[in-house]
Amino acid sequence: MAAPLLELRNITVVFGGVTALDGVTITVETGGIHGLIGPNGAGKSTLFNVACGLVQPKIGWVSLDGRDITRLGPHRRARLRMARTFQQLELFGVMSVYDNVLTAAEIRRGWARDRSNPARDAEEVLERTGLAYLRDERADGLSTGLARLLEVARALVTRPRLLLLDEPAAGLNEQETGALSTLLRGLGGDGLGIVLVEHDMDLVMQVSSCISVLSMGKLLTTATPEQVRADPAVISAYLGTAKAAAQ
Amino acid sequence: MHDLIAYTIFGLVTASIYAIAASGLVVTYTTSGVFNLAHGAVGMFGAFTYWQLRFAWHWPAWLALLVLLGVLAPLFGCVLERVLMRNLSDATEVTKLAVTIGVLVALVGASLWIWDPQTSRPFTAFYAGNKVKVIGVPVTWDQLITIGIGVVCAIGLRLLLYRTRIGLDMRAVVDNRALVLLNGGRPDRASMFSWAIGSSMACLAGILIAPYLQLAALPLTLLVINAYAAAVIGRLRSLAMTAVGAIIIGLLQSYAVGYLPTSTVVWLQRIPDTIPIFVLFIALLLLPHQRLRGGATRRVRESFPVPTFKLAVIGSALLIGLAIVVGPMLGTQSLYSMSNGLALGIIGLSFVPLVGYGGQISLCQMTFAGIGAVVFAHATGSGNLLGLLLAFAVPAMVGALTALPAIRLRGLYLALATAAFAQFCDTFVFGLSSITVFGHKIPLFGLGSLPATRPNFPFLNESNNNVYFAVLAAMFCVIGVGIVALRRSRYGRMLLAMRESPAAASMLGLRLTTVKLGVFSLSAGIAGVGGALLAGLATQFTPDAFSFFQNLPLLLLMMAGGVAMVGGAFFGAVALGLFSSLGSVSSLFNRISALLPGLVGIGLGEQPNGVVADIAGGLSKLTRRGRTTSAPVGAAPAAAADVAWEWAGIDTPLTASQQQQLDLALEVGV
Repeated sequence: MAAPLLELRNITVVFGGVTALDGVTITVETGGIHGLIGPNGAGKSTLFNVACGLVQPKIGWVSLDGRDITRLGPHRRARLRMARTFQQLELFGVMSVYDNVLTAAEIRRGWARDRSNPARDAEEVLERTGLAYLRDERADGLSTGLARLLEVARALVTRPRLLLLDEPAAGLNEQETGALSTLLRGLGGDGLGIVLVEHDMDLVMQVSSCISVLSMGKLLTTATPEQVRADPAVISAYLGTAKAAAQ
Repeated sequence: MHDLIAYTIFGLVTASIYAIAASGLVVTYTTSGVFNLAHGAVGMFGAFTYWQLRFAWHWPAWLALLVLLGVLAPLFGCVLERVLMRNLSDATEVTKLAVTIGVLVALVGASLWIWDPQTSRPFTAFYAGNKVKVIGVPVTWDQLITIGIGVVCAIGLRLLLYRTRIGLDMRAVVDNRALVLLNGGRPDRASMFSWAIGSSMACLAGILIAPYLQLAALPLTLLVINAYAAAVIGRLRSLAMTAVGAIIIGLLQSYAVGYLPTSTVVWLQRIPDTIPIFVLFIALLLLPHQRLRGGATRRVRESFPVPTFKLAVIGSALLIGLAIVVGPMLGTQSLYSMSNGLALGIIGLSFVPLVGYGGQISLCQMTFAGIGAVVFAHATGSGNLLGLLLAFAVPAMVGALTALPAIRLRGLYLALATAAFAQFCDTFVFGLSSITVFGHKIPLFGLGSLPATRPNFPFLNESNNNVYFAVLAAMFCVIGVGIVALRRSRYGRMLLAMRESPAAASMLGLRLTTVKLGVFSLSAGIAGVGGALLAGLATQFTPDAFSFFQNLPLLLLMMAGGVAMVGGAFFGAVALGLFSSLGSVSSLFNRISALLPGLVGIGLGEQPNGVVADIAGGLSKLTRRGRTTSAPVGAAPAAAADVAWEWAGIDTPLTASQQQQLDLALEVGV
């Protein structure tokens, strides 16, 4: 059997006296969207940071295509074609929308050493994400929703195999969320592995083929959207509280 | 054994002073996030003030100490915090450091103004002449007092932080400033209190060390380097480890004085002074790799337009033309001053890619300039142009070696390492007549100065001062246009990406250390070329022209012009030339010109973009007045109206009628 695209095994992260992640194991396959949900403080962003190398786990290991990458720095992992967006925006604020994407394409060309054309790649990705009409705007002038979309575009232009999206729909209006959903499904169909952290349950349930639920640093379950909806542990830890609040 | 005890006691005396200074530095840094490079200067000013009260006005020691440490110093700290530092929360690290450098330069300028450096000021220690025997070793009372004060300060600070309400606030501010505010705490009050304590501790350290160093402005100001070398051992956070660092440095220095064979090997004489610097570099090497943090991007006030080639070329042609026309009209002194300004401007250009684009800080560009000057002078006695290549390459290599220990750490550590390197060259390397590397003897400043050579350009008589002025202008333009090209290139965008969000750039596959090292080398090389050209202005040059302190006004004026713009470096060059011209007019102007760069630096807290960027921004706003793109694109219209005025750099939003008036006045849409 082929190795999974991304495997996070028995990840434990401790910040000071707080255990942010406690023995979490998640496997992401190629060509699908893996939703990652959980209440605030569940450890979702920490798990992302472990996956991309910004945080080193105390225990556990990370592998990409079966290769152990636990000790690799973020830039080395990016060169293995892993890309991410950030919950707290990390755009190159003083640059234009086009330059943000162009710079990413140029950096990619620098390490990929292929004959790609960064300018053309940047134009294509801007078209695909629907940001082309904003190409000359300064990135720090964008609304939050569009800035998140630009982060997705900047990640896509590096031609990743694995894309980690940290709350890409936060701040998007209904129409923009719909467009993002279409874009994500298209990307999943292209054979890209996507991990999606998101609070918009409708979006996660719509696009994910598989969902992992984190709570208090622990993995509650990994299952299909339907199973997650019906899981009593999930309902009590997460969805249940929302339902109770609604009542 | 007797000697060992004596040297240990003396080591503990200096360790106590370093610990007092370093603890003050750490307390202010952790609670306010501003690393106060002026900490030593505050101590220096405190020591001078104490001298004034105690020895010039003959106040009793207890009264002078009470007034200084209990009233004046804390008040000064509070004013610094309230007026300057509190406004820096949304500034970049570069701006924060620059403002403290401004305070440093202003304090040194003011002290030189108030207390004439030519006058000798005896500064006797407490109870001078009294001795007591400790384990058979005679120890002076002041030494015991100093150690005692060091211990009392350490215990007092510990009690303050862990046993008092304000101490709790101070520690909470370190962890999370916003949370303290949300929980009803007053982080600003905690910050102000920490600046007051920091200021008092700096003054106390200054008073205690003055009897050993003589009362002179610069050595006391540079005490900050010894202090932060100790603080880096505590990773600029831990007071206990900072004290350990101070003890290590104090003891090593004392043992070096005692046991190195300085009477037989002359070059060893300066080693004790360099020990804090060695300790600092070793500590930097041992510091763990700094984790990249997300969430670093926020809207900062610093913002610079992208330069255009057209403007760079037109500006260059104008500058060269102006230099050719105006040069012959200037008197000898003015021509020298303006040439000096231009040569310094070329060194200043080295800040543009490094500080402006890359967001890294160097405080040793003048040292690289000095290395460039030495290399050029020795490599080509006849001024062969190839020497300029060497004047670029050697500082570039030295720059890479200097930056290496700190390059994987945060920008602040790089700034501290570069300042220490500059100080190392001042106290040690530039004092040597030559150094031998792998059997090759490399000549340095010989007997203290070197004959200068001007680069020999074909078809030009560069020995003519007017021609050399035009050559300097042309070199400024060539390097300036090169830097504009760099900004517009792939590499320039990478530098900017690194500055804007290291975490995102890294996640795109960019190896940050390589990029940082590259830009640091490039900038050191440019400074080297500038140094070679600067040295050519006189017939002889000395290391003084390239000392650590020379870096500070240069950096400040470049930032005042706009550190991410070639035009900013030109502004800095002209300002330096004018200051130098003014300085030669009278002693009053000389004093003012020593003070001005400091005041300019302090002003950077309010106007971090610099003059040229603000002018360019203003012009582009005028030309784009009819467009509405300054609103956040895609945001709801109401939000756009709320935010747009801030982005235009206006303090309060324009009302509809003001807008209409403005449109009428500017004939927009008429």
